[in-house]
Amino acid sequence: MMNEGQVLNASGPKKRGSSYRWLFITAARSFIVIVCVMIAVFFLIRIVPGDPAKMILGEYATPEALESMHHALGLDLSLGEQFLRFLSNLFTQGDTGNSIVSGNSTRVLIAERAPVTLLLIAMSSVLAIVIALLLATLASTNKNKWPDHLIRIFPTVTMGMPVFWVGLLLILLFGVRLRWFPVGGAGEGWGMAYSLILPSITVAFSQMPTLVRSLRAQMLDVLESDFIVTLKAAQIPSRVILFKHVLRNAALPTLMLFGVNLSYLIGGTLVVEQVFGIKGIGSLLFSSISNRDFPVIQGIALYCAVAVVIISLLVEIVSWWLDPRTKGKS
Amino acid sequence: MKTISAHNLTGPSRKSQGTLRRILKNPTLLGGIIMLAILVLLAILIPVISPYDPSAQDLRAFLQPPSAEHWLGTDQLGRDLFTRLIYAARTDLTIMVLAEIIPFCTGVFLGMLAGYYGKWIDNIISLVTDTFVAFPFYLIVIIVAFASGAGQRGIFITFMLVGWIVFARVTRGVTVSLRQQEWVASAQTLGLSGIRIMFRHILPNVLPQAVVVLMTDMVGLLVAIVTLGYLGIGIAPPTPDWGTMISDGQSFITTAWWLSAMPGLAVVYTGIALSLVGDGLADLWRRR
Amino acid sequence: MSMNPILEVEALTLSSRANPKLVHNVSFSIGKGETLGLVGESGSGKSLTLRAILGLLPQGIEQTGGQIKSSVSSAMVFQDPRGSLDPLCPVVKQLAEVISYRQGLSRRASRQAALELLEVLGLPLSLRQKDRYPSQLSGGQCQRVVIALALACKPGILLCDEPTTALDVTVQEQIIETISALQQELGFAMVFVTHNLAVASAMCSRLCVMRQGQIVEQGDTLSLLQAPQDAYTQMLINSVLPVPVLEGGEQR
Repeated sequence: MMNEGQVLNASGPKKRGSSYRWLFITAARSFIVIVCVMIAVFFLIRIVPGDPAKMILGEYATPEALESMHHALGLDLSLGEQFLRFLSNLFTQGDTGNSIVSGNSTRVLIAERAPVTLLLIAMSSVLAIVIALLLATLASTNKNKWPDHLIRIFPTVTMGMPVFWVGLLLILLFGVRLRWFPVGGAGEGWGMAYSLILPSITVAFSQMPTLVRSLRAQMLDVLESDFIVTLKAAQIPSRVILFKHVLRNAALPTLMLFGVNLSYLIGGTLVVEQVFGIKGIGSLLFSSISNRDFPVIQGIALYCAVAVVIISLLVEIVSWWLDPRTKGKS
Repeated sequence: MKTISAHNLTGPSRKSQGTLRRILKNPTLLGGIIMLAILVLLAILIPVISPYDPSAQDLRAFLQPPSAEHWLGTDQLGRDLFTRLIYAARTDLTIMVLAEIIPFCTGVFLGMLAGYYGKWIDNIISLVTDTFVAFPFYLIVIIVAFASGAGQRGIFITFMLVGWIVFARVTRGVTVSLRQQEWVASAQTLGLSGIRIMFRHILPNVLPQAVVVLMTDMVGLLVAIVTLGYLGIGIAPPTPDWGTMISDGQSFITTAWWLSAMPGLAVVYTGIALSLVGDGLADLWRRR
Repeated sequence: MSMNPILEVEALTLSSRANPKLVHNVSFSIGKGETLGLVGESGSGKSLTLRAILGLLPQGIEQTGGQIKSSVSSAMVFQDPRGSLDPLCPVVKQLAEVISYRQGLSRRASRQAALELLEVLGLPLSLRQKDRYPSQLSGGQCQRVVIALALACKPGILLCDEPTTALDVTVQEQIIETISALQQELGFAMVFVTHNLAVASAMCSRLCVMRQGQIVEQGDTLSLLQAPQDAYTQMLINSVLPVPVLEGGEQR
């Protein structure tokens, strides 16, 4: 698998089997992970110490109320039956049950909130990649000069910055003092994109330490490789070398890195929504948590994780497809 | 390049010939250690340094700006911010260190196991880590912390569940590359058991890298603890904690911004210190 | 020494922070069409000297003494042929790019010129039909492309940094033959770095033996091989089977 975790750099495009065998194995592996994710989500409600029904209804619930809650959650069935019910619900309706609070389908609740969150994720991804590429290019082309030193200190300083705290400071500076952006909430249409600028900067910022660090290393690898010396020796203008060769070679690792970091990015988005009062999936998660609304919590966990697995798979396939090194002789 | 590859940190660790001198020669490491030492000393000595009680309310002196009397001002209940900040350091740093112990040990062990034995053990461990990694970190932390009940116990349970993965992945990678070296094969032909080879020979080579990762991971853990506190599912209110302090100050962000800014800066300070120690150690061990 | 040198290296010293004498006090000169061999163990500073002539020293290494005077342009062929080509760029396109920048040709004309050049170097015509990436070519084919890239710059001096070390033995010979044939046709001078004395003696009229960043001995190939003055040179000669050395010597 390519997910090296945040501490390791995604090591360039690896040599892979030249055939479609690799594709099949990768896809099959992702499928197995998705199945494991489903099992994990199913057991989520069971790892809770004590009785979930009691947690929902409080300490002084009547036995009858507890029993009907058990029934509503399906806890009165055997574990096997519960799992079958969970799976059938999942596959027939793409759902993890109805909300205990509102009675609505979890899938519908999530779908209602999804657009804002997706837009936020998309905006922060683009922002993160653009800024990281810019900084990494600046640092690697000025190795051991002041821009490089500055950019190298950056991850050390920002790594310990809690994302919500950065959000608060940005609100204070750009919302309260300068009044450039709204302080919270999300508007409609273009207003929505506008009001999401500050939150997406916050999320993108939280991705910077890892992204900049790895990308700088990747670009230095490319810059110091023999083929760049060949091109320099042929006196190709350095601007052309940078755009046509260095950035293109750095693009694949960037894509991979993005795939690995996506999961962290989504997590950050959920927290940042809370800071900016955006009514997205993050706020749904927190309201469900305070309402002890287990089916909704399960649904959010499931959808997020499955999305991460599928996007990671797509990223792997795309970079496999784009990389001529994987194709072999023909 | 800051990447730590298997080759850089391997090779049986040398006896400490002038370890102290080498630390002194490494400004990154030295800086990190000094920063940490200052924080720890403050946390230990705070009852002596500060005349204030961290939870003593003084409603006549609420929301005061920084002054000679109150170095960082006071909060909405008139409590001295500096005193609370350092008491919070006690809580957060202790939890941070304690919550890393079990994940570190299990992660290193499972990683070695997966890397050394390979095959089905490796497949199972990899599958479990892949499954965990599919869940966004903060999503799983928030849900597990909530499900296992807010407070310190919840934090410990959460990181026991998810914290080991980073270490397992790193250790597995190093172990796999060590496994292919000849001395492991020769040790096997000598009849040493797998467990013995793992603990006597592979562990010393794996540990430096795992410790470097531990430093970075602690920063992430601290930020997570603070985030949980901020979200109200971390350390419970009467105990001072940087996260709850930030969230308490949020309501006064327009009038008394330092209430939220200072605890955040404390987190950043600790993060820089730990990162420096990590980078410094990586540097030290890479040069051998 | 040559009468009319086109390249003169005088007391060249290269330093890094860790080692101030990576290359120390190295001097030699080459005349038109001449081939000079730099031989010695790995790490003796041969490749660095070439990079200095090319004017592209690696990061962290600086020229701290001496000077390099050259009246012609230089191009370089590297040790690792596959690493010398952009893996994400079709080889014909890479060559065409260099031609278009160096010879000021249009896109179309430079592509045509690239294909012709590749044909001169004996690469299969299949390159014409479909874009090939470096990973789809063999090591020998890649090295031919790299040589083509160097020749596209119309160099007065071709710098060869162990161009055959990474290749199979049979391919090595072909590449050496190709380079020699091209040299006779185009008349460029060459600095040929190798640790293989047999190859060096076959290619070069003069040799410089380098050790630990310094030239320990230099002179005509034949006299140097027959009567080495330095103990290290003697050792190098002893480490090669005598037959190829004599053959090489007689060829000159």
